[in-house]
Amino acid sequence: MTDKNLIGHKTGAYSVDVEKGRLRFFAKAIGETDPVYTDEAAAKAAGHESLPVPPTFLKCLESEGRDVVELLNLVGFDLGRVLHAEQSFVYHKMAYAGDVLTFDGFISDIYEKKGGALQFVVMEARVTNQSGEHIADIRSSLVQR
Amino acid sequence: MSVQFSDIQIGDEIPLLKLQPVNRTTLALYCGASGDHNPIHVDLDFARKSRMDDVFAHGMLSAAYLGRLLTAWVPQSQVRGLSVRFTGITQLGHIPTCSGKVVEKFIDAGEQRVRLALRCANQYGEEKLVGEAVVALA
Repeated sequence: MTDKNLIGHKTGAYSVDVEKGRLRFFAKAIGETDPVYTDEAAAKAAGHESLPVPPTFLKCLESEGRDVVELLNLVGFDLGRVLHAEQSFVYHKMAYAGDVLTFDGFISDIYEKKGGALQFVVMEARVTNQSGEHIADIRSSLVQR
Repeated sequence: MSVQFSDIQIGDEIPLLKLQPVNRTTLALYCGASGDHNPIHVDLDFARKSRMDDVFAHGMLSAAYLGRLLTAWVPQSQVRGLSVRFTGITQLGHIPTCSGKVVEKFIDAGEQRVRLALRCANQYGEEKLVGEAVVALA
């Protein structure tokens, strides 16, 4: 069973560059056809500074700055048995290609269900941009089956 | 025409988003683009060692489809929140369909908002994700 003393454990703050090529690759991978997400001229015509970071891509950027396997080891989880249980985003401001986003994360909860057969770890991160503006809060819940 | 708060009724459905069938290429592309390199989604040998019959889709791929559902309906700058719960595994060959229904109209932080109940299901009607979103409307 995962050590409940890890609740509140800070998983560190780190910064990640938002790259245009990566955003286009993501758009391709999810079948996005709205040119706002791939064509800078279309993005600007729609009032954006540059290509927008799509709603769930913040989670991808968050994962980029952290060694997931190391984190799973910390909570005693095995990669082959872990599933994503829940994911949420609260958005405060749009993020764009060219931004440098800082993710400041911590473990917010650890609990079990079904008499310990399912173990849950919840992680949260506050996301800010290079100007210190609050972009979003993200919350991820992982379960070990 | 932009979506207006006054035109929206509780119970309204937003336009559906129907995807292509999920195949191994879909998962390879999402692995690379998302940065989620967990081999369970792309490496059959690893998946079998983990006692799965085959690789299966990233939950966050379907979450991204729900993001597309929202941003096809309103500009992304109006999306205030998105939360999802993964309730089933999307297997190869599944055809995800994303839907959203208005369940609440309210005022928060001085703006008009609606809450949507979201769902992603496969071609057999089996639910894979449920969630909700909060969207600001003029």
